[in-house]
Amino acid sequence: MPRLDEDPFLTPPILTGGRPMSANKTRDWRSVRPVLHAEKCTGCMLCWKFCPEACVSVQGERPLIHLDWCKGCAICVAECPAGALTLAEEEAP
Amino acid sequence: MKVRLSIPEPEGLSAGHLACQGCGATLAMRYALKGLGPDTVLVIPACCWTILAGPAPLLSTGVNVVHSPFPCAAAVAAGVRHGLLARGKASTCVVAWAGDGGTFDIGLQALSGAAERGEDILYVCYDNEAYMNTGIQRSGGTPAGAWTMTTPEGSALPKKDLDAIVEAHHPAYLATATPAYAEDMVRKFKKARGLTGFRFIRVLAPCPPGWKYEPEETVRLSRLAVQTGLFPLYEREGGAFRLNVPVAKRRPVTEFLSRQGRFRRLGADGETALQARVDAAWAALPGRT
Amino acid sequence: MRKALMGNNAAAAAVKLARVEVVSAYPITPQTQVVEALADMKASGEFPGRFVRVESEHSAMACLVGAAQAGARTFTATSSQGLAYMHEMLHWASGARLPIVMADVNRALGAPWILWTDQTDSLSQRDTGWLQFYCSTNQEILDSLLIAYRAAEALLLPVMVNYDGFTLSHTYEPVDVPAQEAVDRFLPPLNYQYALDLANPRAFSALPKPKEYMRLRRRMAADMDRATVTVAAIEDEFARAFGRRYAAVEPYRTDDAETLLVVSGAPASTALEAVDRLRAEGLRAGSLRIRQFRPFPAAVLRAYAGRERRFVVVDRNFSMGHHGIFCEELKSALYGVKGRPKVFGTVAGLGGGDITVELLEEIWRDADAGRLDEREPLWMEDAR
Repeated sequence: MPRLDEDPFLTPPILTGGRPMSANKTRDWRSVRPVLHAEKCTGCMLCWKFCPEACVSVQGERPLIHLDWCKGCAICVAECPAGALTLAEEEAP
Repeated sequence: MKVRLSIPEPEGLSAGHLACQGCGATLAMRYALKGLGPDTVLVIPACCWTILAGPAPLLSTGVNVVHSPFPCAAAVAAGVRHGLLARGKASTCVVAWAGDGGTFDIGLQALSGAAERGEDILYVCYDNEAYMNTGIQRSGGTPAGAWTMTTPEGSALPKKDLDAIVEAHHPAYLATATPAYAEDMVRKFKKARGLTGFRFIRVLAPCPPGWKYEPEETVRLSRLAVQTGLFPLYEREGGAFRLNVPVAKRRPVTEFLSRQGRFRRLGADGETALQARVDAAWAALPGRT
Repeated sequence: MRKALMGNNAAAAAVKLARVEVVSAYPITPQTQVVEALADMKASGEFPGRFVRVESEHSAMACLVGAAQAGARTFTATSSQGLAYMHEMLHWASGARLPIVMADVNRALGAPWILWTDQTDSLSQRDTGWLQFYCSTNQEILDSLLIAYRAAEALLLPVMVNYDGFTLSHTYEPVDVPAQEAVDRFLPPLNYQYALDLANPRAFSALPKPKEYMRLRRRMAADMDRATVTVAAIEDEFARAFGRRYAAVEPYRTDDAETLLVVSGAPASTALEAVDRLRAEGLRAGSLRIRQFRPFPAAVLRAYAGRERRFVVVDRNFSMGHHGIFCEELKSALYGVKGRPKVFGTVAGLGGGDITVELLEEIWRDADAGRLDEREPLWMEDAR
């Protein structure tokens, strides 16, 4: 079995965290994903504003949903006043 | 061409955090960081945000986080502030960021001490109305009638009026906020950041698993809480009270209650009683001046 | 400069000399004068540090955790119930590796209410990861606090300096208060390498994996283990700078002694007198004062075992269901030593009862004659 008595001083006294959490992809949390219908989008950016994942970015006049992190909460779909977002089922892996 | 955004575009919050789908407390942090900016230290006691800030060595806030035991976020934050001042760093905003358990209940003594001493910190309570991190148990912030794991028949007791308790300490600033009103929230954090002395913001943070609703409803419920008059958005700076969202025609509380599983046992009588309490509290609001 | 100071004033003088940046404290008998003295010094401008009048001991330590994390040198003082109330934060301070220094004015714990000294308050905190020193004179209180900052900042472990309530805290003794320049040479400003860095955002004390937690604890244990050597080196330096020498274990007339009184705190001074009286009768008496309780100086104590020597421990503290705490620690340290030295345990002076020269002489005679039972602690009542 591994032992910890050889050189404990190789371990720092504290462990700090500074690496951005975005290293953690949360895409496999979702069962549905938002689909943007660009022709209906008015660029109001409510989907960007209300995203709890901070995974929608502003690309000129349009939102871009980064699906690597989207957990499929569907707030963006519920809040879109133009009906430009719909939900699509994710396939089982 | 670029659209005009109603809140600042730069993000402090990282994607990839571990919050449940549709988490209101996460939206609250996202807006808070937009208002506070990078020269901020967060002190976080035991609460959902202990986890959401990231397991070591990850960090989701983009600003320093000092984790703290449950009862003492306000005292640790005061200490950080004194330590930074002793080291000549006066510009940093030190923020205690606690849930309702860490504020209404176990953290109340340290909160009261820091508030009464006028510590130069911003204390934020993200109020999701129960002990959510431990799996939905009743707190002093749980409203009457709400189901939790420790009030399976619905809580018999009314929610503690924390704002009144904090007001009694004469804070430099006191405000309420909720994610549906993102602009209002960002403005309040920015404003609080620019003031000195003890500042307090209570954020109503809808919680899909704790309130038993679908995640997509978070912003809608947050908006309904304001529009029904259950959660008035106001601020008090120095002596001046200001209602930020007047709500000319309040919606019936049942619109807010019926969308959540936690109020299923409240019944028609309970709803009527709650409506009467909300009406009375709303009528008394100008009296808070 | 030589002054007549009460123990509590000696502690406050040390805080000022150490250029502490943040003090956070809550009053409790018999520590109160430390807080009052610091408040006076703050009001007069003599103490330029920040003084936070918190609403509880729990918040006192919580405030220091925050201030120390920001990189400030910190201090608090407490006693008894106050220390017990801080317990959660003591673990947090050491786990976060914050070099906080605290004075605990030893006072017994309730119920029932009790104001006077014993050591059960601080010894109940033995597993919290703090170094612990027990002082026997007011001079030692001042000196130990200065040594404590050097040790805490070298090891990144918090240090508790303990002294007897009333017996030392409220009693005047001559104390040499060193010059500020001499203290500044001995104790440079704190440069805490894990302080909050606003340009480099990090999380402190965030959730690790069990394997990482285990490694952090192993590192802490290793740092605690090396503390005896580190503190000894700091005490040497202190002796060179100020002419006063301290050690983890202080022997008195032990060379040919057959039975050793083992004592700590103020009664250790009384034990010197008892040993002298016994020696005057031609008896081979000696004493050991244990000044450093954490880390427990087991190797140092083992060097005094052997040659059929007997140890008799006088504990002003008790672990219910077992023994006096110094006694059980000594037994564990000597386990496996060749010839199995005899260790007797006595309990005396709980709740502030006097531990007199006569009482110590009696204890020594009983142990020397083999009249005590090694397996059971003997409870000695104050004769008066």
